[in-house]
Amino acid sequence: MNFETTIGLEVHVELKTKTKMFSPSPVAYGAEPNMNTNVIDFGFPGVLPTVNREAYRLGIMVALALNAEVATETHFDRKNYFYPDNPKAYQITQFEQPLARNGWIEIEVGGKKKKIGIEEMHVEEDAGKNTHGDAGYSYVDLNRQGTPLIEIVSKPDIASPEEAYAYLEKLRQTIQFTGASDVKMEEGSMRVDTNISIRPIGADKLGTKTELKNLNSFNYVRQGLDYEEKRQAEVLLSGGQIRQETRRFDETSGETILMRVKEGSDDYRYFPEPDIPPFDISPEWIEEIGAKIPEMPDKRRARYVGELGIPEYDANLLTDTKEMSDFFEATLAAGADPKLASNWLMGEVNAFMNAHKLELQQTKLTPANLATMIKLIQDGTISSKIAKKVFQETIQKGTEPEAWVKEKGLVQESDPTVLTPLITAILDDNEQSIVDFHNGKDRAVGFLVGQIMKQTHGKANPKVVNTILMAELNKR
Amino acid sequence: MSNSDYLNYDLQTLHQLLVDKKVTAVALTEAALAKINAEQPALNAFITINQKKALARAAELDAEGIDPDDLLAGIPIAYKDNIVTNGIRTTAASHILDNFNPVYDATVVEKLDAAGTINLGKTNMDEFAMGSSTETSHFGVTHNPWDLERVPGGSSGGSAAAVAAGEVFAALGSDTGGSIRQPAAYNGIFGIKPTYGRVSRWGLIAFGSSFDQIGVFTRRAQDAAVLLGAISGHDAKDSTSSEQAVPDFTAAIGQGIKGLKIAVPDEFFGEGIAEDVKAQVEKGLQQLADQGAIIDHVQLPHTKYAVPAYYVLASSEASSNLQRFDGIRYGFRAADVKNLDDVYVRSRSEGFGPEVKRRIMLGTFALSSGYYDAYFNKAAAVRTLIKQDFEKILATHDLIIGPTAPDTAFKIGVNDDDPITLYMKDILTISANMAGVPAASVPAGFNAEGLPVGMQMIAKRFDESTIFRAAAAFEELNHYNLETPTFKNGGNA
Repeated sequence: MNFETTIGLEVHVELKTKTKMFSPSPVAYGAEPNMNTNVIDFGFPGVLPTVNREAYRLGIMVALALNAEVATETHFDRKNYFYPDNPKAYQITQFEQPLARNGWIEIEVGGKKKKIGIEEMHVEEDAGKNTHGDAGYSYVDLNRQGTPLIEIVSKPDIASPEEAYAYLEKLRQTIQFTGASDVKMEEGSMRVDTNISIRPIGADKLGTKTELKNLNSFNYVRQGLDYEEKRQAEVLLSGGQIRQETRRFDETSGETILMRVKEGSDDYRYFPEPDIPPFDISPEWIEEIGAKIPEMPDKRRARYVGELGIPEYDANLLTDTKEMSDFFEATLAAGADPKLASNWLMGEVNAFMNAHKLELQQTKLTPANLATMIKLIQDGTISSKIAKKVFQETIQKGTEPEAWVKEKGLVQESDPTVLTPLITAILDDNEQSIVDFHNGKDRAVGFLVGQIMKQTHGKANPKVVNTILMAELNKR
Repeated sequence: MSNSDYLNYDLQTLHQLLVDKKVTAVALTEAALAKINAEQPALNAFITINQKKALARAAELDAEGIDPDDLLAGIPIAYKDNIVTNGIRTTAASHILDNFNPVYDATVVEKLDAAGTINLGKTNMDEFAMGSSTETSHFGVTHNPWDLERVPGGSSGGSAAAVAAGEVFAALGSDTGGSIRQPAAYNGIFGIKPTYGRVSRWGLIAFGSSFDQIGVFTRRAQDAAVLLGAISGHDAKDSTSSEQAVPDFTAAIGQGIKGLKIAVPDEFFGEGIAEDVKAQVEKGLQQLADQGAIIDHVQLPHTKYAVPAYYVLASSEASSNLQRFDGIRYGFRAADVKNLDDVYVRSRSEGFGPEVKRRIMLGTFALSSGYYDAYFNKAAAVRTLIKQDFEKILATHDLIIGPTAPDTAFKIGVNDDDPITLYMKDILTISANMAGVPAASVPAGFNAEGLPVGMQMIAKRFDESTIFRAAAAFEELNHYNLETPTFKNGGNA
């Protein structure tokens, strides 16, 4: 029997605001426990929520970037449940009327393009964090409590773990480009819950689904779904039945492990949040926000390949983050050759970022300095060997390349009237090398070039040196 | 005249005495404290008496001198104990909060502190404002100063009794379904619940968030107008507070009653309303007509659904609002708990009283899946109909007038086993909360037993001024409001 797979993804994304969704406490990752809190976050008696409009603005921006229809009338609802990281014992969320519905993004798997639908997207507040310590005590940190979140619920359009991976990658990239979130799985600013079911091809009804949790990277999502797809098929083929259950992905074994069987659904007793009046979103506001959405990666990629002649693979990497793409474009605007700029960013710049574990914007490199450096290489002012020195200087210290090259005397020597006497002098001192050369030993040339470079402290233009050297050698 | 009588003066007179230094803020505070302490065993109007801080604040004000422009400076007041006060225990009359010390002030407290009032303490109430008699308080019932064997009404019973007894000049209360107006009626004083959104709820321990509103008790409508003016206005911390400009609520006082169009709903004089109450209110209405008011008899056809709809909606909100009292971060936690479920179940089982539990269960049920449409949604639809009833009548009338409560103060304990009868007593007050309109209770005389009767005045949204105008004019006709309580059945109190 052959099966087809149906996957649904629920993605939580933290919005990048200065303050929380319903309180003026700061939003910041990595603070001491409970330092970013106030009476509202603690759910003290008598406190009331107020809406952070910036979170709403960012939410609308993401909705538009995901091609979704933004609601004009929205309100918040309460989702009631007891847990120590949930101090009011209800979460303020949107149940009845989400911020947006009916979006889509386009993915590409195995050269085939496919639109994945987005059922709805709503704004809500994050919970705090419990940690379990010694002696039976647990500790509650409410720093994260109230952080603005959007939850993006996909339609069951995803048909394979590969598509799930591509969807997540595309979602991350799209949101990253809006600037609404850092979308970092490792910092928890992007979190993924999945559900998956299989059914015989052509069956009317969807199969029973299982939920998958504890997925800390897109790769684990793919691996977990892969495993679950096979497991479900094995169960069905051996005559068993799939139970509705929650499973977790074990990173070491690559398997999914049963956490709990679901019986019925939880009753969260949703009802309209009476502390926040219904909220109208004007078409003007939506338009204003829409006008500020930056060009999305797909369009940029097409432009890089079509107009600038950048290879597809490089164009993909250049559009991985908005910062990289913006940097690339600013470097071009500063006069750099597109291919050289791309090569530098993909090569040396990426290597530096990886080696030092830095984001592009955390280095001292500026588009203007990179463009200047590329220009200096192109017009022969510096050799590619010197360029590596210049690059380290400018990316580590932010030094302006042109002035620095002059100050340090690193300008390449290309003048034959300067180089010729130097080369003839070296030939005079190394007669054996000339003999070797004429005996067909190529090593001799390498040795002679090395001598010239040594004398010029690496500043001699290798091309010019080569031409003069060959001419002089052939004369002797 | 003894010092304690100062608290029965009108605000302007008292203020002038303070400005002229004929009486000091300290002397006033001492007089109030003496009266509170002396009457506390008989009345039990207070949960916490703010003795030390009140005297210190009074001394500070005396040292600064009372500015002639600061009408409220040096005036002793009290707060219902569901209004949070920084550093002063705030319990909502519940065991679950009986050790709770807030770390911030409610907006109304901030505003009145800035105006120079002196906080003499926190008054008794029904637990979490759930009740009509102050009998559900964890700290014992408050007694009605007109007859100590009777309840003061509720839930703001302590505030009403304290003002009626002249223990404080004024007090703040909260009104979710009548909790200011009914005790005002039972105690023979003025009490107003303003328009929903008029006063910030920041720092009011929530019961039914879409109904709750803070208001004031005073002996005179004019003085309530000043106090309400001081606590009203938009608050960025409360999204449901209105940006409507706050007028001078006293401005229309003195314009009399002539020409006011008054609607009298048949439903407010129907079955279940005590004959002596009806008679007293009808007498008042006749007086208003004699003064030139135009009286129309009208219908508010959905009134009969108000009580059940209210108990579904307010209890639903309450069931959610009261979930934060979980024994984790503050308040009471049960001893010897074994695990997390124990913390929740035992702390809440031991911390809440029976009426609060009843409403939490009622609200939880009404919000449960499968019942939500039949209860919550249906009640919400009723609310809309009631709102429309009021809008229709108030589009053509200045005021709706009727009794505040169906009866006068009842004896302590008589309704202990009958919550439904007690709920039905809210029938006349609940509609104003459902519609969000302002409503007040004005003293309208006494029944044969000498118990006060209240007349309710309801106005358009944000038109509290008309209530103050009519109430002040009505006070002038009989001066019922100046009668002071008799402490009947009080032995030597």
